[in-house]
Amino acid sequence: MSDTIVSLPDQSTARIPKVNYLNKENGLLSWLLTSDHKRIAILYLISITFFFFIGGALAGLIRLELLTPQSDLMATDTYNKVFTMHGVIMIFLFLVPSVPATLGNFLIPIMLGAKDLALPKINLLSWYLYMAGGLLALYTMMAGGVDTGWTFTTPLSTHYVNTNVLTTGLAIFIAGFSSIFTGLNFIVTIHKMRAPGMTWFRMPLFVWAHYAASILMVLGTPVLAIAIVLVALERTIGIGVFDPAKGGDPLLFQHLFWFYSHPAVYIMILPGMGVISEVISTFSRKRVFGYTAVAFSSVAIAVFGFFVWAHHMFIMGISNYAVLVFSLLTMLVAVPSAIKIFNWAFTLYKGSITFETPMLYAFGFMGLFTIGGMTGVFLGTSGTDIHLTETYFIVAHFHFVMVGGMLMAFLSGIHFWWPKITGRMYPEKISQLAAVVTFIGFNLTFFPQFILGVLGMPRRYASYPPEFQILNVFSTAGATILGVGYLLPVLYLTWSLKYGAIAGNNPWQATGLEWQIQSPPLTENFTELPIMDHEA
Amino acid sequence: MSDSTAIAHGAPADAHEEHPSYLRHHFNSVEQQSDATNFAMWLFLLTEIMFFGGLFTAYLIYRNWYYPAFVAGSHQLNVVWGTLNTVVLICSSFTMAMGVWCAETRRRRGLVLCLSLTFILGLCFLGIKGIEYREKFEMHHVPGQHYSLQSFLDPQSNPEVYAEYHDKPLALDMARHTEIYFSLYFALTGMHALHMIIGIGILGFMIYRARDGAYTAGHTTFVENFGYYWHFVDLVWIYLFALLYLISRHQ
Repeated sequence: MSDTIVSLPDQSTARIPKVNYLNKENGLLSWLLTSDHKRIAILYLISITFFFFIGGALAGLIRLELLTPQSDLMATDTYNKVFTMHGVIMIFLFLVPSVPATLGNFLIPIMLGAKDLALPKINLLSWYLYMAGGLLALYTMMAGGVDTGWTFTTPLSTHYVNTNVLTTGLAIFIAGFSSIFTGLNFIVTIHKMRAPGMTWFRMPLFVWAHYAASILMVLGTPVLAIAIVLVALERTIGIGVFDPAKGGDPLLFQHLFWFYSHPAVYIMILPGMGVISEVISTFSRKRVFGYTAVAFSSVAIAVFGFFVWAHHMFIMGISNYAVLVFSLLTMLVAVPSAIKIFNWAFTLYKGSITFETPMLYAFGFMGLFTIGGMTGVFLGTSGTDIHLTETYFIVAHFHFVMVGGMLMAFLSGIHFWWPKITGRMYPEKISQLAAVVTFIGFNLTFFPQFILGVLGMPRRYASYPPEFQILNVFSTAGATILGVGYLLPVLYLTWSLKYGAIAGNNPWQATGLEWQIQSPPLTENFTELPIMDHEA
Repeated sequence: MSDSTAIAHGAPADAHEEHPSYLRHHFNSVEQQSDATNFAMWLFLLTEIMFFGGLFTAYLIYRNWYYPAFVAGSHQLNVVWGTLNTVVLICSSFTMAMGVWCAETRRRRGLVLCLSLTFILGLCFLGIKGIEYREKFEMHHVPGQHYSLQSFLDPQSNPEVYAEYHDKPLALDMARHTEIYFSLYFALTGMHALHMIIGIGILGFMIYRARDGAYTAGHTTFVENFGYYWHFVDLVWIYLFALLYLISRHQ
């Protein structure tokens, strides 16, 4: 692509187009009843940001409680409820829909050269389901919360707690269907709505990553749904599928639950990897190194992801042979993940790298995801897992992947496509600062937790031995900095809606199809049916 | 990889020549529209397979562990009602398939008739299921607090079943596991019945619209896709019938 000299964007003369998807119709109803994928993406963006800050506030409470070794800020029961709701909200209401429902919704039709997703009304339905699930989760919080942990472990959740398991379960069930419909919509769109000439291997890697994640959503989520139904039936009418007193096996619940919930972590991370592929290639001005390998590694992660769930159960009494096999399969997932990291690194090699905000977040992703992924191999190794499981090592590991990885990717993508979504630039200097603050705050929060875990501090307790306090103080201090890092983008991005510089169609000189149309786009995206004669 | 050729090479969308009212704005052609919605329906059925799959997995495991309990539990089911229900459902699948054919060949009255028959057969199925559930309720075979082991500890207490199978009494431990069998029985048939209820609701909506000729003007995708759903629900029942009623009918 270095043979093309592109003209610099003329931002001084750029104007916000008179007609675009934001101002074509006005009024609240035109948003609530829209079937435009771009408007639904905005609805999602607002709602998941709302839930992110609720989940974040709960995380703040957890860190405050852990500032001191005693349980003094809240009672231990309350602490259990707080970390449970933190997990439920962050996983089901933020991480799972984060990139797919916002950026994916907005960009996949445009990247494929289509006017909309294949099923626009189902897309709107999925937002309403998400909101119903979300509001039910909020209601649960108001009504006294739930204290089983986000994993709803039986028989704790079926027999021993008297908190709101049923409403939380229903909330997750409903939000799960929202996720199924999003995934289903993406798969149909990618199969059937590609513009002429948009072959599978001309699709952007962002789309490949979403395709892989959608497969996981469609195949995994229903299994979680039935597991929740069985827990609910056991709590209400007392059927015995998971009840040892009747010959049922609580371990079966673990199998059904993790059959979804392990692939769910790939539902969360794969779309983020799609964002990183686009950002790295744009800001190093090179085609992604090894396009085919990166595309197939997404699919490989999705396929392997279905065969590793039992590594959550190594200490729960499954057979040693099962442990052996699942341990091996778990390590295999590291291979396609490493393929991605290496290919991104080779994309950077000899590229003309610039350090705009999306790129800073992408660098953060690469470093933190690598650490998070490699510690996953520690945990997949059955011997070390027995020592490290249920300690803060686990907490640090999945926060490195989910927060250090996915959240960085989400912010990277939001900044990268912000000019396309709103037609205006975000302020560059302060957002670079926010990216750095986030990175520092993140490391200060979660790196000490690796050490705490190795030293043996168990997770899910409100109090701990005094010798762990110094590392916990570091972690809480880091969480404060991290909070500032997340608050800043909300402020300056809102500011930029009105005062940001006009972006023009293609402020990054990027090559994707979405950059060839006006920003913000027309409701129908394209004035003419695009025909692709090269890779987007 | 130049930056602007994608648009420059764009051809005008050729959808204007033939633009029937049912073609949604974001599709380029009717074929693309029906292709996409059919494909979406197949994918949805795939999620349904995974949904029931969780229950079938549980069934497989427990049946392997507690085979005698499952056989004894199965003998308590009324195989006559079960067979009748299977016949009812297969007939409803036939009327549904005829309905799709009527829609494709634009026979409005035929379509209304077929959909109504499917609707009635669906209700028959639920009625028969209700009778069976009542029997289970009276026998205290519904899992939970009032579950009774009597039919398994003392098979002769239920002379009809005993006359047919001559079951030996189960040991207390194994008899307890029959509750797992009935848990799965109610979870599986209950989830299936829920799908039937949803299907009957949609059928009612379709009959209402079909009377105005909504599906007999060339756009049959909705009827076709609902047909897939209905056949899928029937198919699940065929498996349930075999796995729950016919575990061990031989002596």
